[in-house]
Amino acid sequence: MKVLVGLGSCGIAAGGKKVLQSITDSIEKNNLDITIEPTGCVGMCFYEPLIDIIDGDKKYTYGHVNAKIAEQIVESHLINGQPLDEYIIYTNEKPDAYVKNQLKVALENCGIINPEKIEDYINVGGYKALEKVLKSMTPEEVIEDIKISGLRGRGGAGFPTWFKWDAARKSPGNEKYVVCNADEGDPGAFMDRSVIEGDPHKLIEGMIICGYAMGASHGVVYCRAEYPLAIERLNLAMEQAIEKNYLGENILGTGFNFDLRIKMGAGAFVCGEETALIESLEGKRGMPRLKPPFPAQSGYWRKPTNINNVETLANVSWIISHGPEKFAEIGKDKSKGTKVFALSGKIKNGGLAEIPMGMTLREIIYDIGGGIKENKKFKAVQLGGPSGGCLPESLLDTPVTYEDLNKTGAIVGSGGMVVMDETTCIVDVTKFFLNFTCNESCGKCTYCRVGTKRMLQILEKITAGNGTMEDLDELEELALSVKDGSLCGLGQTAPNPILTSLKYFRDEYIAHIVDKRCPAKKCTALLTYSINKDKCTGCTLCSRKCPVNAINGTLKNPHEINQELCIKCGNCHSVCRFDAVEII
Amino acid sequence: MCNNCKSEEIYKDIIDEDIDISLLFPVIEKYGKVKGSLINILQATQDIYGYLPLQALNYIADNTENKRSVIYGVATFYTQFRLKPIGKYLILQCHGTACHVNGSKEVSKAICEELNIEPGQTTEDGLFTLEDVSCLGCCSLAPVIMINGEAYGNLTPSEAVKVIRNIRKEDIA
Repeated sequence: MKVLVGLGSCGIAAGGKKVLQSITDSIEKNNLDITIEPTGCVGMCFYEPLIDIIDGDKKYTYGHVNAKIAEQIVESHLINGQPLDEYIIYTNEKPDAYVKNQLKVALENCGIINPEKIEDYINVGGYKALEKVLKSMTPEEVIEDIKISGLRGRGGAGFPTWFKWDAARKSPGNEKYVVCNADEGDPGAFMDRSVIEGDPHKLIEGMIICGYAMGASHGVVYCRAEYPLAIERLNLAMEQAIEKNYLGENILGTGFNFDLRIKMGAGAFVCGEETALIESLEGKRGMPRLKPPFPAQSGYWRKPTNINNVETLANVSWIISHGPEKFAEIGKDKSKGTKVFALSGKIKNGGLAEIPMGMTLREIIYDIGGGIKENKKFKAVQLGGPSGGCLPESLLDTPVTYEDLNKTGAIVGSGGMVVMDETTCIVDVTKFFLNFTCNESCGKCTYCRVGTKRMLQILEKITAGNGTMEDLDELEELALSVKDGSLCGLGQTAPNPILTSLKYFRDEYIAHIVDKRCPAKKCTALLTYSINKDKCTGCTLCSRKCPVNAINGTLKNPHEINQELCIKCGNCHSVCRFDAVEII
Repeated sequence: MCNNCKSEEIYKDIIDEDIDISLLFPVIEKYGKVKGSLINILQATQDIYGYLPLQALNYIADNTENKRSVIYGVATFYTQFRLKPIGKYLILQCHGTACHVNGSKEVSKAICEELNIEPGQTTEDGLFTLEDVSCLGCCSLAPVIMINGEAYGNLTPSEAVKVIRNIRKEDIA
């Protein structure tokens, strides 16, 4: 018997370490001969902390475990052989809908193996692809395999991976670099963190194969500093890989050398753009370079460089070992394989879901994600972070492929999928994104630097109730200019949230401007707080909490808000225990 | 002071206090000659002092091939770097998309009121520093805050206040 405890960052945040401690203690106390191991994130963040009990070919998964439940599980399941049904969320014989509808390629080992043990990775077939590549394939054959597989960049733009590898291979020069972009800056995306935390060797193997294919013997992982656990596990994995001679000099006796190091980012969203990332790698301010020359010709220290996202590289070993045709069978049209999405926001089952390309948004949100929290009404789904767009219910049957999503104005992007319900104000969310891009603009291009600020100001004006219909035209005009006038992806895509929300949710803007009303009741300047006399018990709490003394009333008598004094801070609404404060 | 414009402007963000500069020697030893390692040097410096003191920045400029202007440029470009000391507990408030739609604004407001500071400031007793970050990558636990590397998820305004009060209580104990 074996016990696995999910210890990704999210598992730890939910209390996974306490659970691990509790199980370890109970096992020791009872002198049980059971191994207990940490594992990465299986993707079901909404059930964290999670533990798996593997008994022969049976696997039981327990969810929402805490230290006390863990003790009970040890006693009942491990000692007496009685699975505790009330805490079991699924077994391998009866999989949960969240698991059943997924197809795992990049995440195949996450939540299954111990990421801190290279033996675990090797036991599930790890480094076989590397051995095959180094011992029996030419670099051209590797690139051909990637071409047949149809793998495209998973970081945002969806550029064919083989093309980048091939261009870097054909660039003259002996010194070349493979760079892995693990600067996952999109708010709402965390699949790269999960891959590195849960299966770091898969990334390392993908990078070495890429190095062999393009003729590079140096690799750098540019990882954001906010992911300390990922960096720790990747460092450990690199040490183990060197020890086993998968990394370093004369790998597996084939004469191929490849070294790898980690460079920590310092917190700048624009560094997700590849030329800005290179500047940052060189120790400078992360400001994008003009393209061409492309990094494949002149990148890190002006040497040919190939930059791929973590998830892209995590697909490589699977393609080599299962065959590129098998990978190409998954997906739809020109979008092959799977894509990992990070489901979050107002969704019941938030977490990571890896799905075959071509699945519709509705299937992802309702069949896997379980629908909207508290069964509220769906309003929009935001794809691709600050570079993407909000799509309405009428587009939920859009298949998730690069082409189909681009047609709607949103993008696949890095895979953030934030679901919003009727209580989310689209204008407010758009303002949120513009605030983000405005802060993160590096300042190099005038259109991006000034344009995002101007667009933000207009949105602020609208949410404050001072907007005019002309503002909408100006927003649109500015958005198109910023798109055209910016050098890098940040500026070129920053207007996407505005353009998509104007296209699909224009009536919500109009409600703010013409009716001076926020339908989702989020924009405070447009709200009026009032006290329902029938519900008010006269407890005086709101009156005491009001920072401007705008609430009048005596004990046990209904209170009243003086609208002239009210600053709409919402304190009365949040403290009232009788739901007597209403927002109109 | 800047020798061209005699401006004091730059210094208003920088704190000049006495520090033990010898702590920096091993950092310069390790990275001083490695090209392109300014960010590593600054990260190591911040690990030592908790922020980037002016004396340390000047020392780095004098002992590596980086000009003062370049160092200041890099130090102010990246959000990770701080030019002011921080409190004993660093609170990072996540304002990612998932946190935003799940009420991070209200949580943030409650924390600000409890500590009586704005994001970017430190409490008078030097215990807490509050900072806004764009995403901590724990979106399924939104809204999230991270205190000295430990994440607290699924917060409500009152729970966030409770977390802070607990830390304060434990710190006194």
